[in-house]
Amino acid sequence: MIVAERKPLGEIAEMVAPYKKVTVIGCRSCVAICLAGGEKEVKMLVSALKVRNKKDGKKQEIEGLVVERQCEKEWVKEVEDKIVGSDLVLSMACSLGAQTIGDMYPRKLVFPALNTKMFGVPEEQGVWSEKCIGCGNCIIHQTGGICPIARCAKSMLNGPCGGSANRKCEVNLEVDCAWAAIYDRLKLQNRLELIEQVMPAKDWSTGHSGGRRVITREDAKLTQHQKRGKEVFG
Amino acid sequence: MSERKVKVVGFCCERHGADAMVLSARMGKTHDASVRLVQVPCSGRVDGIHVLKALEDGADAVFVLGCLEKNCYYDTGSIEGRKRVNYVKSMLAEVGVEPERVEMFNTSSSNAWKFPDVVARMVEVAKRLGPIGSKGGGKQ
Repeated sequence: MIVAERKPLGEIAEMVAPYKKVTVIGCRSCVAICLAGGEKEVKMLVSALKVRNKKDGKKQEIEGLVVERQCEKEWVKEVEDKIVGSDLVLSMACSLGAQTIGDMYPRKLVFPALNTKMFGVPEEQGVWSEKCIGCGNCIIHQTGGICPIARCAKSMLNGPCGGSANRKCEVNLEVDCAWAAIYDRLKLQNRLELIEQVMPAKDWSTGHSGGRRVITREDAKLTQHQKRGKEVFG
Repeated sequence: MSERKVKVVGFCCERHGADAMVLSARMGKTHDASVRLVQVPCSGRVDGIHVLKALEDGADAVFVLGCLEKNCYYDTGSIEGRKRVNYVKSMLAEVGVEPERVEMFNTSSSNAWKFPDVVARMVEVAKRLGPIGSKGGGKQ
């Protein structure tokens, strides 16, 4: 899932300060799971901003609401009235949610309350770790199910490097060496021969380096006729 | 001019927190009657939003009173309560409001004498800091 983290409250308060009517919109998907922008977090942010305004003696209308998935237009459309009626939308979704609202209502100001951090998984309650960078060409079938691109500080395809010592990474001794983990996993799976196979340089054309990526599935796309029908009948 | 009544809200767990409240009264101890006490099933039930909402709605100070941490009726409820109070304190600090307006206390029913002390301490904080947004309230 996408893991995000709330921006410092001081920064958020400064962002929203010039606007009279602010709508804070959260999302019940990834950011709710990572406790950054779900219903509870929206309520707490709204309340904290109101307490700050109280401290400053400032009048500002702040309302909070949550949509099911902020990155999908259908769900955003449900709160259109609130978006249109506010001076500023403060998105508590990942950047995708904020950008979806921004694209749908280009005249509206949509500011992010969260910093979108990574594709990660919950390791334990309250701890999330990065496991994928979305390079567009998955190779984990060759690395024991562990992604060296995301988990090795150098994104090495043939590791470990000389900086790996006592199963730790030289970049940060708190960080486990991804290639030590890959070695262990391959050994467990009786596939250690894979670690000796040299992996060729990665084709990064599938990654972000080529600019914005768009995925299209022709069989799922609507025809012009279907789109017109949807516009008419909803 | 009469002195302004402070507004303190206390969330007390219905086990040791509330027991301490009742027993302290039976012991003849008194506390400031202006304090609004809210009985909750467990201090772990108190969420950050409850504390923030109390401040937003006019409380000068808020406290949460739970069981002793290694003697919580629900095992870890008072630990959860403390974590949440600490989180709210950090949020208050970020928006420039005194974190000491919010505190977590632990007690047991056998330590009922502590209850009036807890209330007195928070009343003192509320008096010293005043309402949020007053001249004395909120960091400038």
